Amino acid sequence: MSSHRFAVNVTPKAGILDPQGRAVEGSLGHLGIDGVSAVRVGRRIELTVDADGAAAARAVVERLAAELLANPLIEAYFVEELGAASSATSSAKGAA
Amino acid sequence: MPARVGVVVFPGSNCDRDTMHALALAGAEPVELWHERADLAGIDGVILPGGFAYGDYLRAGVIARFSPVVRAVADFAREGGLVLGICNGFQVLAEAGLVPGALLRNRGLRFLGRDVHIAAERLDTPFTARIGERRPLRMPIAHGEGCYFADEATLDALERDGLVLFRYVRPDGSAAVLDGSQPDPANPNGSLRAIAGVMNAAGNVAGLMPHPERASESLLGSEDGFGIVRSFVEASEARSTSRDLVAASAGGGR
Repeated sequence: MSSHRFAVNVTPKAGILDPQGRAVEGSLGHLGIDGVSAVRVGRRIELTVDADGAAAARAVVERLAAELLANPLIEAYFVEELGAASSATSSAKGAA
Repeated sequence: MPARVGVVVFPGSNCDRDTMHALALAGAEPVELWHERADLAGIDGVILPGGFAYGDYLRAGVIARFSPVVRAVADFAREGGLVLGICNGFQVLAEAGLVPGALLRNRGLRFLGRDVHIAAERLDTPFTARIGERRPLRMPIAHGEGCYFADEATLDALERDGLVLFRYVRPDGSAAVLDGSQPDPANPNGSLRAIAGVMNAAGNVAGLMPHPERASESLLGSEDGFGIVRSFVEASEARSTSRDLVAASAGGGR
């Protein structure tokens, strides 16, 4: 068994109205920023999985993403591996 | 025998009491179904009421989808049981894939709590049979994620198969803006095709965003929602009676 740290990035699918993205875009003028477009607001979920190897851990995360974290009708996701988690968790504990 | 209509109670439900009250007015025996309950024996119909199940964390309705009671409701629905989701209950049914589509953030991003008008597209379903005629029905909405979405192909199929149950309309009954492209107080969340409620293909599971239970007696300012509650109660009663008959004949006339 090894621990693996992942992030699941969920965003509204292309073509789905994203009123939050639009609101962010609308505020950019107040900051004096221009040239920014196509803002999409999503969410990022980070998690640790204990499994036999990285491939098995990724399979768990893919299932979790498809069944719970994202609604495939309206959202797209991509799974990002952040590396082995054991040292990350202990150093996080130590540092935080 | 009055129909025994179950009302699911999640942590965060807040329209369960109102729904049970409206069901009792319509002559049903309301039965509270706690979210950890996995057995629906003796229940003739199920309503998933409004609220914020499990805090609506992650996405409205999604955590509720995996609760023991919703798994039982899914089995109940597969066997032909009558299920109605109101507001958050509709969001739960959509997340569970028991009705088509999804509910997105309102286009204006604001939570909306006010009266709207809807009209039934079908008057021959377990959810609408007692409405009588197509006319604008006034009842409240109270939601932040009520913008109905499905892809174009699904929307076309819903229209073709007569699965659009309710649409937002203007108070005079004329059509609201259908695609949310311009703000329209008659379709305040910007739902595609102005859809306020849909049904599954089998016709036994439906959801709607407005609250018929909050418009079920004149004291509340409108009785326009009561036809929906009565339709559901009578259809549940009919199912209960036919099941008793089947059971009696199978049991050799106990």
